[in-house]
Amino acid sequence: MSRVVVAGAARTTFGRSDASGRDHAVRAVRAALADAGVGWDRVAAAFGGSDNAGNADTLVAELGLTGLPFINVRNGCATGGSALVSAVNAIRGGMADVVLAVGFDKHPPGAFDPRPEDWGLDDAYGRDGLMVTTQFFGMKIQRYMHDHGISPHTLALVAEKAYRNGARTPEAWRRKPLTAQEILDSGMVSDPLTRFMFCSPGEGAAAVVLAAEGVLPTGSRTVRLDGVAVRSRRFGSFEVFSPWIPAGALTSVSVKAAAAAFEAAGIGPADVDVAQLQDTESGAEVMHLAECGFCEHGEQERLIPDGTFEIGGRLPVNTDGGCIANGEPIGASGLRQVVEIVHQLRGTAGERQIPGTPRVGFTHVYGAPGVSACTVLSC
Amino acid sequence: MEGAVAAPPSGTTALHGSICPDCGVATYLAQSACPRCGAGLREVELSRRGLLWSWTVQRYPPKSPPYVPPATGFTPFAVGYVELPEGVRVAAILDVPLDDIAIGMPLRLGVRAGSAVPRARADR
Repeated sequence: MSRVVVAGAARTTFGRSDASGRDHAVRAVRAALADAGVGWDRVAAAFGGSDNAGNADTLVAELGLTGLPFINVRNGCATGGSALVSAVNAIRGGMADVVLAVGFDKHPPGAFDPRPEDWGLDDAYGRDGLMVTTQFFGMKIQRYMHDHGISPHTLALVAEKAYRNGARTPEAWRRKPLTAQEILDSGMVSDPLTRFMFCSPGEGAAAVVLAAEGVLPTGSRTVRLDGVAVRSRRFGSFEVFSPWIPAGALTSVSVKAAAAAFEAAGIGPADVDVAQLQDTESGAEVMHLAECGFCEHGEQERLIPDGTFEIGGRLPVNTDGGCIANGEPIGASGLRQVVEIVHQLRGTAGERQIPGTPRVGFTHVYGAPGVSACTVLSC
Repeated sequence: MEGAVAAPPSGTTALHGSICPDCGVATYLAQSACPRCGAGLREVELSRRGLLWSWTVQRYPPKSPPYVPPATGFTPFAVGYVELPEGVRVAAILDVPLDDIAIGMPLRLGVRAGSAVPRARADR
């Protein structure tokens, strides 16, 4: 079975602009091809998608009508990760030797506004004001803080780190550092989460060119994709827009996806030097640290104030500022994380480069309706 | 849950859910098949008393549509999950003063005519 390497990786500047989601996608693909040193005509298969900005296969109108198989992926917050796992399997299965994965999006300003009928729910859930994603995030971390002794100050520190790292990331959206106190005082959105603890829906794209090892020249610090996994929820998980959940201990799709990615790579969380974790809001990063295996539940209250997850700490997390500083173009987030890990492992992350010689990186996305995608990369 | 009995939230009736005769899973709303074991479910009236499992406050007006604010205008309101003795946590609007809300507090709940969304108030 072929080993898979990252030949090229690139993203666009996230945020808000006049560009369409497709414009972002074309720019990201061209930059990833330039990084790989190949032309579009060398790409033998492609997988990609957006949640809200159109079909990826229509990008061939701009990229070139080469006749390649281009498969649309639409898998909520796991869209990028699902495109990636498809691309990896296309190489391993012998379908193609150079494969593109692309994710892009552009969302209207403000909170997402899902329709009850799309979720199989009575209209009353919308009329009465329960179709609001921020409520779910607030309730999940509220219970977690109760069970595991996490303080609001720790939530603020997570966002403070995100803005600090975003300030060092030229392509990030939110680049102004904020203090923990400013974050706590920014106005409650869904208790215990304040305005500046949340990411905002935005726009952007990220693209990765994968190749079978040895097919393309990749320079001295070649990043390999050692494990990739996508999972959907099992019984007992707590997800957005649930009229009910079962009592008892919660299950987590992120636990399963992370474990599967580590198993595929043959290593564990203790081997990771740098990680990107889904941080829809501060609480998500806190919970995902434990769910992905990087600490025990509750240890975050000590590890986060100690600087463990800062650039320069034992395990830097969300070195590009994560979703909080980059915003959330749903289709692009998973591949943005991979692009950041590639930079960190190659040593090309500029002002936010972590010290030393990192060898192993990890990415994790989680989202509605209970999907998670994780990758393990090494150099 | 013995002791003083408060009236259930006014104008409400009990929640109609379902229970799995094989594995015991309880659901709200009622559904036809068990999400854990696939067995056919039996419709039941769920308990009207439970404990608050988690909560938050909706501090800003949700997007309209679909949200329909009250005639008096939007004011922040609390939502939460109420854990019932049947082993199910039910999403509900909490008609409780915001400063009084705490995980574990006893609540009574019901549904109003024309809405499937449960409403809960303190059980004192």
